[in-house]
Amino acid sequence: MPAGTLYRGREGMWSWVAHRVTGVLIFFFLFVHVLDTALVRVSPEDYDKVVATYKTPIVALLEYGLVAAILFHALNGLRVIAVDFWSKGPRYQKQMFWTVMGVWIVLMAGAIYPVLGHAARVLFGS
Amino acid sequence: MSTTETTASGVGPVEGAPVYTVDNPAPLIEAPRKRTKKTPRSTRGNFELAAWLFMRLSGIVLVVLVIGHLLIQLVLDGGVSKIGFAFVAGRWASPFWQVWDLLMLWLAMLHGANGLRTVINDYAERPNTRLWLKGLLYTATVFTILLGTLVIFTFDPNIR
Ligand code: HEM
Ligand code: HEM
Repeated sequence: MPAGTLYRGREGMWSWVAHRVTGVLIFFFLFVHVLDTALVRVSPEDYDKVVATYKTPIVALLEYGLVAAILFHALNGLRVIAVDFWSKGPRYQKQMFWTVMGVWIVLMAGAIYPVLGHAARVLFGS
Repeated sequence: MSTTETTASGVGPVEGAPVYTVDNPAPLIEAPRKRTKKTPRSTRGNFELAAWLFMRLSGIVLVVLVIGHLLIQLVLDGGVSKIGFAFVAGRWASPFWQVWDLLMLWLAMLHGANGLRTVINDYAERPNTRLWLKGLLYTATVFTILLGTLVIFTFDPNIR
């Protein structure tokens, strides 16, 4: 490995890229989410009509993606906080990154049935 | 010979006698840009430090609020299938969940907006582009926070 690439292309850089991308995605989602929730002030029918689209299989997949983004951003955010405030944080940043990925995979596996289960029932019948 | 030679009494090679006496003490040299009564008060506070700290503190609180929210909306009690007007009416009947959602709204919006401000600062280089993007960001943020707050406070379960 050439000199000066201790950071570039390694865990530290990629976790930063992913943290930034997920953060921006969640912000855009939240903007739309507050708009759709505001429909409760318009009428129950309009609100229920929009929420019905949230229960379709394709949107369920998007919801799974949103959960993936939030869980990564939350876990890696805690890692960033540990790097900044814990005296040994910088030394263990790499181990903490792989811990984050491990916990993330476990939680994502656990979310498959609750988040995608109803979509499977719609698609394949219950 | 040596022109750089100095003495404690400040006797210069030209004067030949001590320049400073008890009545004529060494002049105090003012530090450059010293703050006086006339300088305006600091124009730059610790905003960036406060923003940095806010990102971390709000992040810790958001872990509980947002993951709790996702658990309630997507996992417990049938997942998304249960969501509807009646479900929201039931939840916002409780001040606890009203405060929860209000706090989540404000913290997530401010945290996200400040994060996006950093992203704009990083990538938008022309002053005009930065100005417009930030103007758009702040407008959207204020609008969303006000709308969300209004919706929580004026929610009416008997709207129809
Ligand atoms: C797909 C996943 C999500 C679903 C199904 C969902 C569902 C809901 C529902 C039904 C409400 C109405 C009030 C309540 O029941 O508490 C609500 C409100 C809210 N949600 Fe979510 N939510 C999701 C994800 C998120 C995420 C990721 C965030 C934060 C980043 C968020 C932030 C909020 C806020 C701030 C409110 C209050 C809105 C207002 O003030 O008008 N939600 N959500
Ligand atoms: C779930 C809990 C969350 C935690 C623990 C968390 C933590 C953090 C931390 C520590 C940072 C600063 C990173 C740095 O200075 O390098 C950050 C940045 C950011 N966060 Fe969050 N956050 C959370 C939720 C959210 C939400 C709900 C949003 C969107 C509304 C969001 C959007 C962002 C954005 C856009 C950035 C800027 C990214 C960058 O500058 O690269 N975060 N987050």
